[in-house]
Amino acid sequence: MISLYLPERTWLHGLPAGGKLLALALLSLAAGPFDSLPVMAGLLAVTLALYVALGRAALRQVALVRPMWPIFAILLAFHAWNGDIVFGLAVLARLLAMVLLANAVTMTTRMDDMMDAVEPILSPLRLVGVSPRAVALAVAMMIRFVPLLFALWEALGESYRARAGRRGGWRLLAPFCIQTLRLSHHTAEALAARGGAPGGTRR
Amino acid sequence: MKDRSLVQVALYAAIFAVLGLLPRFDIPFAAGVPITAQSMGAMLAGVMLGAWRGALAMVLMLFVVALGAPILAGGRGGLGVFFGPSVGFLFGFIAAAFVAGWIMQVLRKAPVFPAALVAAAVGGILVMYAFGIAGMALKTQLSLLDATKACLIFIPGDAIKAVLTALIAQTVARGLPEALLSRAR
Repeated sequence: MISLYLPERTWLHGLPAGGKLLALALLSLAAGPFDSLPVMAGLLAVTLALYVALGRAALRQVALVRPMWPIFAILLAFHAWNGDIVFGLAVLARLLAMVLLANAVTMTTRMDDMMDAVEPILSPLRLVGVSPRAVALAVAMMIRFVPLLFALWEALGESYRARAGRRGGWRLLAPFCIQTLRLSHHTAEALAARGGAPGGTRR
Repeated sequence: MKDRSLVQVALYAAIFAVLGLLPRFDIPFAAGVPITAQSMGAMLAGVMLGAWRGALAMVLMLFVVALGAPILAGGRGGLGVFFGPSVGFLFGFIAAAFVAGWIMQVLRKAPVFPAALVAAAVGGILVMYAFGIAGMALKTQLSLLDATKACLIFIPGDAIKAVLTALIAQTVARGLPEALLSRAR
């Protein structure tokens, strides 16, 4: 699976994950109430400067906001329609800046570091009987399932093509669901055989 | 939580991810309508797993997105999406799966297809758009009416997905009845 993580080390990689998350949270709270275009344009400029400071590979990641352009265009059109295009631009600048800033944290923090950083936040879950270790296990299982499910989909698609001579498309969905549930039964049995999920009850 | 439930929650979170990464389905009667299969992931999780497990699958999926996995449609993900204009839809996935699962459990006695259709439509469209539109209005400072207009183009696609979800639920109910956990006791 492709990751959003940047393999080249930058100075932002060195900062602790918890600190970056906290800074992002505080910044998003601080940026919320401002609606003036100069302030928001400034924030966006600072964000872009941060990307420049992180190097060329990071700058290339700015393209990640491309899928959002249609919605940004619609948003701007509606604000223009209401006769407040300056306000619309300010909102747009804040959205872009916050999305890019959050993405900078994702880009420079490994997934397991992120998991470690949020584990203390998860510990109150113990009170309702959920072990943070079970959460970590669920995350690991989900990530492992994704390529497995892809392979399953491919196999179903190939058999369909062999039988029908065309692509299966949505017709594969029901057999896909049945097969994946079989897979989950096997996984659950294997998990139970190895002592079960942390803090869970077997079967 | 039982081992089996934990695995199924992880499984449906993964199915959600796979639906977003698959090449677009060619659905014959909806050419040109922007469709990602992903909101179907929320409908499926609710209809198949029931309210709580379905909602948990979506919580897990969002958690993994926040950790940095690019598993939302179009390879999006990471913390950035939680600051974007469609954040309402992200939290809407949780509510959608919960409501769809709840309706499925309430309509336990009804035949699978109509029950699943109602569950997917109310949960996956009504509830999801309520969250999505509210989130968009909040994030973009548009009025609720304008935000609604901006979202409307997606409704036809979602209606088709609700029908597909119901068809799948019916097929699964025939092929592997115990897999329809929202009806298991």
